[in-house]
Amino acid sequence: MVKNGEQRVGSKGAGLFKGLGITLSTMTKRSITEQYPDVQPELPPRSRGVIALLEENCTSCMLCARECPDWCIYIDSHKEVIPAAEEGGRERSQNVLDRFAIDFSLCMYCGICIDVCPFDALFWSPEFEYSEFDIRNMTHEKERLGQWMATVPPPPALDPAAAEPKELLGVRKKAEAATLPIEPASDS
Amino acid sequence: MTDLLEAAMRLMVVFVAFLTLPLLVGQLEHKVMAHMQARVGPMYAGGFHGWAQLIADGVKFSQKEAIVPDAADRIIFGLAPALALLPYFIAMVAIPIGPGLAGQELDAGVFFVLAVMGVGVIGTLMAGWASANKYSVLGAVRQVSQLMAYELPFVLAAVSIVMAAGSLGFTDIVDAWQPWWLIWQLPAGVVFFVAGLAELNRPPFDMPVADAEIIFGPYTEYTGLRFALFLLAEYAGIVLLCLLTSVLFLGGWNGPFGDSWLWTFAKAGVLAFVVIWLRVSYPRLRADQLQKLAWQVLIPVALAQLLLTGVVVLAW
Repeated sequence: MVKNGEQRVGSKGAGLFKGLGITLSTMTKRSITEQYPDVQPELPPRSRGVIALLEENCTSCMLCARECPDWCIYIDSHKEVIPAAEEGGRERSQNVLDRFAIDFSLCMYCGICIDVCPFDALFWSPEFEYSEFDIRNMTHEKERLGQWMATVPPPPALDPAAAEPKELLGVRKKAEAATLPIEPASDS
Repeated sequence: MTDLLEAAMRLMVVFVAFLTLPLLVGQLEHKVMAHMQARVGPMYAGGFHGWAQLIADGVKFSQKEAIVPDAADRIIFGLAPALALLPYFIAMVAIPIGPGLAGQELDAGVFFVLAVMGVGVIGTLMAGWASANKYSVLGAVRQVSQLMAYELPFVLAAVSIVMAAGSLGFTDIVDAWQPWWLIWQLPAGVVFFVAGLAELNRPPFDMPVADAEIIFGPYTEYTGLRFALFLLAEYAGIVLLCLLTSVLFLGGWNGPFGDSWLWTFAKAGVLAFVVIWLRVSYPRLRADQLQKLAWQVLIPVALAQLLLTGVVVLAW
């Protein structure tokens, strides 16, 4: 009695021996268990473990806090006035970051804050050992977020055929314009 | 007086074996099952590859509170673990592991051991009924229906080897055993082993304690040492079944390079490995599959084997 759509591979009962063979061959192979607390895991270098903050780049623009799907980023800032640089100039105002905190008990590691930051102030860090005994201690302030910057891997090298980054291009154009009359570029 | 002392000594040795061998099987199961699933199993207890894990488990169990449900039949509830465990001890006393090496050799040893092993199920039934828990009762009922189905092929297979050897004594059976019996009595041996597994509730025949369906069957309400006794009974049952199968069907202490009790243990050890292997490899049988396997496969095979044995014995 073969039901509709049922296909039997091999003779009846062969699966029983196949199953025994699979478990036996698995037993002879090395197990894949990682002895984590004793041995550190070998993670890919760009593992997404925690979000680090480069405080100097942050302009308190609040984009990350507003894009965060579960509102786990807290930003406090105030404005400071920078006096005019020269006589008769205009005063400028600047945001100063007072508090930047991420509640990692709410964070779902979507990375939208990192994507949305226009000033490269947020980075993925592979660090993952920051558990706490109390969920209330999972809100990490900017000092802690800044410490993780040291674990952020450098950005990947550009593709050889990629367009030159704009900031470098601008600098090079200026330098070439200054040196062109004396020494023309050899490869043009 | 010396008789009494000797009897006490023998009982003591069997008792120590009864307590340590199941732990060995349990530890073997931990490690073998782990490696068959690409894990490493316990690694910390005792330092070296978790060798002391089961001792640690025992200490943990002994510290747990012994809870008895309000509606439970307290006396029966308390007696059940002892009744589940003791028959295996009594049966082990009668099984020889070498020539003259037994707690007490009996002329009708096979009969005695099979009869006593059947009592162990009553402990499970008592546990299920006295727990005042629907899962326990369901488990106990499943256990009994399973026993009804599998006791018959179990005994029929044993009868075949008894007929072949012409004796109910273990020593006589092992003495009469010839290597070619491995082929002749192979179906009986397989039926005996499979039916024995089913009587012990070992996976894939663990429907009475199916944890996904009825928590832990008859043992649902048990905690602490009483629960540990039930677990010990299961592993003592494995040791007993493996010793029994190796003595009855694999020639016991017969072996190349001289007869020795080591052969009995080696054969039983391999069988214990097979018990664990089967547990890892096969999913649990359903109620109808269980009954089908017993009544449509094992019993006919056992009866055919009985016929074959009878013919060969008469014709020889």
